[in-house]
Amino acid sequence: MSQANVLTVPAAEAERYSFWGDFWRRLRRNRIALGSLVFLAGLAFVAVAAPLVAPYDPYYGEMPKALQSPSAAHWLGTDELGRDILSRIIFGAQVSLKVGFLAVGIAVTCGIVLGAVAGYYGRWIDNLIMRFMDIMLAFPSLLLAIAFMAVLGKGVENAIIAIAIVSIPEYARIVRGSVLSIKENDYVQAARAIGNPDHAIIFRHVLPNVMGPIIVRSTLGVSTAILEAAALGFLGLGVQPPYAEWGTMLGSGRAYIFNAPHLVYFPGVAITLTVMAFNLFGDGLRDALDPRLRR
Amino acid sequence: MLKYILKRLLMLFPVLLGVSLFVFLVLHLFTTDPAALMLGQHATTQQIEALREELGLNDPIYVQFGRFIWDIVHGDFGRSLMTRTPVTEELLKRFPATVELALAAIFLAALVGVTVGVISAVKQYSFFDYLSMVGALLGVSMPIFWLGLMLIIFFSVNLGWLPVAGRIDIGMEPSHITGFYVLDSILTGDWAALKSALAHLVLPAVALASYSTAIIARMTRSTMLEVIRQDYIRTARAKGLSEGLVVYKHALRNALIPIVTVIGLQLGILLGGAVLTETVFSWPGIGFFLVSGILAADYPVVQGAVILWATVFVITNLAVDILYAFLDPRIRYS
Repeated sequence: MSQANVLTVPAAEAERYSFWGDFWRRLRRNRIALGSLVFLAGLAFVAVAAPLVAPYDPYYGEMPKALQSPSAAHWLGTDELGRDILSRIIFGAQVSLKVGFLAVGIAVTCGIVLGAVAGYYGRWIDNLIMRFMDIMLAFPSLLLAIAFMAVLGKGVENAIIAIAIVSIPEYARIVRGSVLSIKENDYVQAARAIGNPDHAIIFRHVLPNVMGPIIVRSTLGVSTAILEAAALGFLGLGVQPPYAEWGTMLGSGRAYIFNAPHLVYFPGVAITLTVMAFNLFGDGLRDALDPRLRR
Repeated sequence: MLKYILKRLLMLFPVLLGVSLFVFLVLHLFTTDPAALMLGQHATTQQIEALREELGLNDPIYVQFGRFIWDIVHGDFGRSLMTRTPVTEELLKRFPATVELALAAIFLAALVGVTVGVISAVKQYSFFDYLSMVGALLGVSMPIFWLGLMLIIFFSVNLGWLPVAGRIDIGMEPSHITGFYVLDSILTGDWAALKSALAHLVLPAVALASYSTAIIARMTRSTMLEVIRQDYIRTARAKGLSEGLVVYKHALRNALIPIVTVIGLQLGILLGGAVLTETVFSWPGIGFFLVSGILAADYPVVQGAVILWATVFVITNLAVDILYAFLDPRIRYS
């Protein structure tokens, strides 16, 4: 035992050079990424605490107050039914974040399973899975999501499913590619040689090495998912009225651009800022995880 | 080279067959009974059953798929459930509108994106560089349908400079040659129609191009930055060439491959975005048609539009692949 101690690095040293510690240090130095993270944390707080934070009930409208411009009472004005736009945007954050995270979560899970199986087992399974992914990639993703909505029907749950399905191929490809290169490594061969079952090898030795690119890709994927959800809502296929969702608000506010353009200003600003924050944070994650990729 | 192109063209068939099978299965397994949909809510079970028999909906699924492919190969996408007109006819009527919009947008995106990217790279860390990269960030983060609405509010509603919607003023359509209004009006020398067509095209094209412009500008900038640091650029400068010549002839030429790749990929993404742009600007193309088809549960329309769209997308990607070989003689396909 004392011989083994000679070879181990002292605990403090190991801590200083740990992968995640190093990663966090690099991320902290990136002010833009950190700012985006703070913004997103604030947004998440507002979304969760929406009933407490929102000044008005997002569903209660007073017709005499309809289409009012921004004022002291209604900071962002009121919509066509006299509902407070700020409150609706705050409640809309719930929907957008939910759709973004759930859709990406489902897509990443399916993508990891499919990609790992295809890459690890190869041969006909690989062929079957990847050819199917190729067919899905033969559609522009928004178009495919729209087609799925046509089949599944309108609504937020279906929007999550449609967006998740269309983003699976991307993750499956990343995972498969990484698995193909990792499985040839000596430590994977060694793990197999001592008799580990396949699933243990995949989960304990292969997948942890794929997580870096997957985390970066999925952060950027959340922004795509939020944009796609807003697009579906705008087209009238996503979240249905009266529920507040940013894209749906733009879709219904569209009719009033001549006399009350403020209806379409603020939901768009909310989408843009949120998507921008996810993009910047994703870029920061990429730089922190792999400094070689920094441009 | 020719062998490679032929091989790629042959590979189109299984992909397109897969696409058709995919669309067919998804729509047929999960949608409501089209016979019931066509007859409306007052139809009796017998009537629905009779129509199902007539439409062949009671045949085994592989027979239905075979018939479906047979019809597609003969250019028949069935009839719209709502208007009863042949879907193929409707698609052909609208196809030039979408292509015209997409081509205008990609042209704009490539022109602005490459120019901005080159200037940003040459003047790295300048005010212009900073400004254009912030603009690019906005471009990738803004929903294009929102940008479309903002453009309408500013240029059409507030300033009144440009029309709000449509492809051309009513009654101004140039005589039909290609279906592209801009091209047709030039060919026929109809300058009033050209002016109207261009005025209608500007805002949708700008909105649709925004995302791609941003991506192309970023890609051009980072590729140019790499190329500019190469030894041969220093050599070119050392032998006294003007900066303009160095940038355009030595740097940009060598940065072109990744730039063309990204432009090609953007054309595909643009095709997806066109659905949104067409809806915002009531542009009478395939996307607008598709969305109204979905909202009306008109599944032959959805089927036809989606298959046509995917076909264009696949062929575009293939064309880009082939284009590389011409651009870069180092690329050899075997």
